[in-house]
Amino acid sequence: MFSIDRWQEIFITIGKNKLRSALTAFSVAWGIFMLIILLGAGQGLQNGVMENFESDATNGMWIYSGITSKEHDGLQSNRYIQFNNRDYDETKRINSENIEYSNATVWVWSDNLITYGKESVNYDIAGVYSGAQEIEKNDIVKGRFINKADCDENKKSVVISEKVRKELFKDKNAIGEWISIGGIPFKVVGIYISDSNRDNDVVYVPFSTAQRSFSLVNRVNNLSFTIKGLTTEETEDFEKTLRKQFAMRHKFDPTDESAIYIHNNLVSLKQINAMFAGISAFIWLIGIGTIIAGIVGVSNIMLIVVKERTKEIGIRKAIGATPWSIISDILMEAILITTVAGYFGLVLGVAALEIFSTLVPPSDFFRSPQANLQIALSATILLIICGTIAGFVPARRAAAIKPIVALRDE
Amino acid sequence: MISIKNLHKSYPIGQSSLHALKGISFDINDGELVSVMGSSGSGKSTLLNIIGLLDSYDNGTYYLNDLLMENLSETKAAYYRNKYFGFVFQSFNLIAYKNAQENIALPLYYQGISRKKRNIMAMEYLDKVGLRDWAHHLPSELSGGQKQRIAIARALVTKPKLILADEPTGALDSQTSYEVMGLLTDINKQGITVIIVTHEREISEMTNRIIRLRDGMILEDKPVEKSKANV
Repeated sequence: MFSIDRWQEIFITIGKNKLRSALTAFSVAWGIFMLIILLGAGQGLQNGVMENFESDATNGMWIYSGITSKEHDGLQSNRYIQFNNRDYDETKRINSENIEYSNATVWVWSDNLITYGKESVNYDIAGVYSGAQEIEKNDIVKGRFINKADCDENKKSVVISEKVRKELFKDKNAIGEWISIGGIPFKVVGIYISDSNRDNDVVYVPFSTAQRSFSLVNRVNNLSFTIKGLTTEETEDFEKTLRKQFAMRHKFDPTDESAIYIHNNLVSLKQINAMFAGISAFIWLIGIGTIIAGIVGVSNIMLIVVKERTKEIGIRKAIGATPWSIISDILMEAILITTVAGYFGLVLGVAALEIFSTLVPPSDFFRSPQANLQIALSATILLIICGTIAGFVPARRAAAIKPIVALRDE
Repeated sequence: MISIKNLHKSYPIGQSSLHALKGISFDINDGELVSVMGSSGSGKSTLLNIIGLLDSYDNGTYYLNDLLMENLSETKAAYYRNKYFGFVFQSFNLIAYKNAQENIALPLYYQGISRKKRNIMAMEYLDKVGLRDWAHHLPSELSGGQKQRIAIARALVTKPKLILADEPTGALDSQTSYEVMGLLTDINKQGITVIIVTHEREISEMTNRIIRLRDGMILEDKPVEKSKANV
C-alpha cells in the first residue's frame, strides 16, 4: 500500500493541479491554524486567570465590610459596618475548628510617603498578622514575612515587594535598612514577590504596629483565613454561619447581602473551572467547524479530480486496475493533502503562539498561551480522519465508474 | 477460448430500452484472427465490451476458457481483464501525462510487478513495435500510428491470450492502418487470438474470419477466402 509507485502516482496527480491543490490545502491549514490559535488563546487565558487565582490560597476566604441595605432591630439601613479587633478575635475563636490560618488587615491608605534617603514612593500600607503569608501566598525572596513577635511586641518591621525595593534601594540589599513611613522609621525585614501584579503594590507592617502608629485603634478593614476540613459545598454553609455571627455583633439582618461581603476562593475555583470547560467546548466547536469547511473543500476538489479523470480511471480499469486500487489512490491523495496541509497549519499555529508569548509579557489575565502535545496529537489524528472522510465520497464515485462509460468516444 | 450462446443485452434509454444484442451465438478458438463487422448501432462494440468484461450481459451464456463469466464482481472482472485481455481502442486511450514507456508499463503495475522489471519489459515491447527511440515521449508528441502502436504494445505487455481491438484503425489514414493491421496479424501469428471490431471492409478482409452483425443479430459468420493476412 505504501509503495513508491503509488506515491509517485499520487504526486503526479497533485502536481497536475498545483494551484487548486494548494488552495484547498490552504483551507485545511487555515482550519487547523485557527484551532491551535484558539486553543492556545483559551489556554493562555486559563493560565493567566489560574496563576492570578493561585497567587492567593485556593482555600482562602475573605470578609469585607459593607453598607447595610435593610432596616434591622430599629436600626436604619445604609449603615456602614466597621470591623474591629473583636471581630477578628471572636471569628478566630468560635470557628477554630474550620479555620487554619487567619489574618486581619488594617489599611493605612497611601497618604503616607515611604522614603529612604532621597528616594520616596507612595504605596498602600497594610497592617497584617503573620497568617497573611499563608493566605496571600507571596514568595519571600529575602529575609522573612511579618511574624508573631512583630505583632506581639508592636515592632516597627516592614516587608516590601521586590518592585518597591528596586524603586527605593536600586541595587542595594534592603534587609536591615530603615525606611520612613509617614515620618516613622521602620526596619526592612523581608522582600517578597507576588505572581499577581496588583499584590506587588502593598507594603506590609505588623497589624498592631499599624493600628498604633497611624491612629487606627481597634480598626479592621477585612478578615481573611484559610479553611480546613470542609468541602466546597460545606463552605457555602460556613459562609452563612459567619454571616450570622457578624449580624449578631453588628446588629444587621443576616439576610442582608450587602452588609458584609464574603469572597470564597473554593466557590470561585468551581466557577472558574466551569467557565473554562465552557470556553474550551466553544473553542472546539468553532475549530472543528473551521476544519469541516476545509474538509468540504478537499472533498470538493477530489470530486473534480475524479470527474476530470473519469476517462483515465476507465482506461486504468480496462487494463486491470481493481476498484480498491482506484479507491485507495483517491483516499491517499485526500489524506495526503489534508495531513500535509494540516501539519503545516499546526506548526504555524504553534509557532505563532510561541512568538506571541515571547513578545507579549504575561499579565494577570493572559500568560504563556500554548497548545500542548496532547492537543497537537489529537489534531493530527483528527486530520487523518478528516482526510479519509474528505476522500470517501469521491473515491466511491471513482470506484463506481464503469470502464465502458468512461471509454465511450465523444 | 470463447463460447457465446444466445447472448442478449439491452440498454435503458429513458423510459424505453434499446435491445442492442438479440441472441448472439458463436465460438472463437485459440489463435483465430476474427473481425466483427457492422455499421454503427449494429451492436459490435457492445459485443466486444461484453467479451472484454467491460460490460455485463442480460441473458445467455459466455464461457471464457471454459469459465462461465457471470455476475462478476468489479475486482474479479479486473483480475480476468488483466490476465486474459489486451485492449486496443480507436482513440488509443493512452494516459496523457505518462510517456510511452510508462503507458506500456502501467498494466504490469496492476499485476504488482516491480518497477525495474516493468521498465525492462516495456522497453522490450517498445522495441517490438519499433518505437524504442520514442520511449520517453509523451503521447502528444507522437503521431496517430505511433500512438496506436504504443497502445498495442501496452495490450501485449501482459502476454494476454486475447487482443480486443475496437476500431483500431478508425482514427488512422490508410497507410498507417495497414501498418497497424500488419502488426496485429503478426501478433496473431505468434499464437495470440485477435478480435477486431471494424466497419471497414478492407480491414475485415485482412482477418481470417468475419462475423457480420446487423441490428444486434449475426447476419453471417464466414471465413475469409483469401485473407490478406495470409499474404
